Amino acid sequence: MRRYLRLAALLSAPLLWLVVAYLGSLAVLLVSAFWTVNGFTGGVVREFSLANFRTILTEEVYRNVTLRSVGVAASVTVICVVLAVPMAYFMAKVASRRSRPWLVIAILTPLWASYLVKAYAWRVLLAPGGPLESLFGVTAGYGLPATVLVLAYMWLPYMILPIHAGLERLPDSLLEASADLGARAGRTFRAVVLPIIVPSIFAGSIFTFSLSLGDYITVQIVGGKTQLIGNLVYANIGAANNLPFAAAIACIPVLIMVIYLVAVRRSGALEEL
Amino acid sequence: MSVPAIRLTGLRKSFGAVDAVAGVDLEIADGEFFSMLGPSGSGKTTVLRMIAGFELPTAGTVALAGRDVSRLAPFERDVNTVFQDYALFPHLSVVENVEYGLKVRRVPRRERRDRAVRALHSVQLHGFESRKPAAMSGGQRQRVALARALVNRPKVLLLDEPLGALDLKLREQMQVELKAIQREVGITFVFVTHDQDEALTMSDRVAVFDAGRIVQVGTPEEVYERPASRFVADFVGTSNVFAGELARALVGRDGTFAIRPEKVDISAEGVPGVVAEVIYAGPVTRYLVDLDAGARMVVVEQNRRPGRERGQRVRLDWHDEHVIEIPFSGKDGSDAH
Repeated sequence: MRRYLRLAALLSAPLLWLVVAYLGSLAVLLVSAFWTVNGFTGGVVREFSLANFRTILTEEVYRNVTLRSVGVAASVTVICVVLAVPMAYFMAKVASRRSRPWLVIAILTPLWASYLVKAYAWRVLLAPGGPLESLFGVTAGYGLPATVLVLAYMWLPYMILPIHAGLERLPDSLLEASADLGARAGRTFRAVVLPIIVPSIFAGSIFTFSLSLGDYITVQIVGGKTQLIGNLVYANIGAANNLPFAAAIACIPVLIMVIYLVAVRRSGALEEL
Repeated sequence: MSVPAIRLTGLRKSFGAVDAVAGVDLEIADGEFFSMLGPSGSGKTTVLRMIAGFELPTAGTVALAGRDVSRLAPFERDVNTVFQDYALFPHLSVVENVEYGLKVRRVPRRERRDRAVRALHSVQLHGFESRKPAAMSGGQRQRVALARALVNRPKVLLLDEPLGALDLKLREQMQVELKAIQREVGITFVFVTHDQDEALTMSDRVAVFDAGRIVQVGTPEEVYERPASRFVADFVGTSNVFAGELARALVGRDGTFAIRPEKVDISAEGVPGVVAEVIYAGPVTRYLVDLDAGARMVVVEQNRRPGRERGQRVRLDWHDEHVIEIPFSGKDGSDAH
């Protein structure tokens, strides 16, 4: 009996948080997505209606923004994988043992800097006539490519860290065994390293994908006129004052992430988180 | 003698200021079961890794079948390794692990599957082809690692303490099996171990390592019966070593001498002493005897008659031919126990 009391005391605070703050807000989101707004008074009509979802599914602009957002999230994820795998490999297997902790710190420090400061720094970098243009002669300017670029920069550490952790767990003897059996470095990488770190890559992609899918600030700062799902949610909360419709739109990334998580679950990625 | 399977010349390896291997010269004959024995940190594993190509020598050469391979990568050398932790690929099935080397060398699919299955058969693992390594016991993984190396028909098989992680019974069984497999395939085995029993029971020849050097090479009998230094006498088996005054008293001349515990008899005549400790070990009993002359000797006796008791006065006797004179080497000194 005392054991249960102690267990209850231990878990009550986190459970309360989980149920009220976490699941509660999600439930409110889901419920309010089925409400509407009175066109004249602007007041919320608390009656069940599928009108919001009908609008989202029938009007082309929402489909385009959804596809664009998924495209941005996917591109950001691919760029992060391409950059993170060799970087994590260097950190975990090639660099000298003494320098390894410093490299991890170097990857982590940008996360301490303010998100807004980094986004505005990129705005300055990308500006016409700015540092990028004077250095290389070209700049991505503001728009969709700039959004992908800056988001990839923002979320790269979230991809490097799980891959790095996966590679650290990979014993050096596996690489030696592969070489011993006649495989060159490239072959060893393809046949041994890559298959073993696939779950770690998926784990990282859950971060980069969901963070990109929910972003609306970077795109406002460097995206020019580009609109992503987050911008639509923001616009409906603010200017349009249509909270139920904002909630309905916010269900799109939630649904996409659920589909994505179910899809990568089989790879064992969720055990890597 | 024909071209040796392995020839090491002036081999050195330094890690920073530490000399892990400090000058090793060695020839290993074709088809030999050769053990490298030594305490941890004595350089034996580093020598093995230089033969495999995982470490490049700081100085000296490694020649395989007469060809200098000192600077070649592991995948360019005709040797295969059984790793201490087996290093099986966790994402591949057992048969895929075994055929990995053949696949890399572009052996046609059907042939490589055939050879892999046969290799698994020869290590008594038929029926385990589609298992993942994680679903197997330590002893079974050990066999997969062995099959994965042997299926490539290397000229030399390197084994890095492969039995270290197994329990005693399994280890003894694998010792017999390894020896049988080696005789059957007839290739050179280089076996690294810190277990002197293992080295003595399995090997054609043994090299004893200490502090990055080989201190003695010979057949198990030579190494055990005629240790070349005090270190070997102590590390391989147990020895009663006496030097200085004690040597003059017990042997009758100057020098450093050793005698094995099983060569000492407790009898009616000989050197007097008191039984200080009785250690019963099943088939034998080990006695620690404090000699009146001022040394402690270990005596091993088969348990065929009633044992002695602590405090009992005894006399120790031995044949002169069992007293080993240890050649003087500066490092070993002649300090008496």
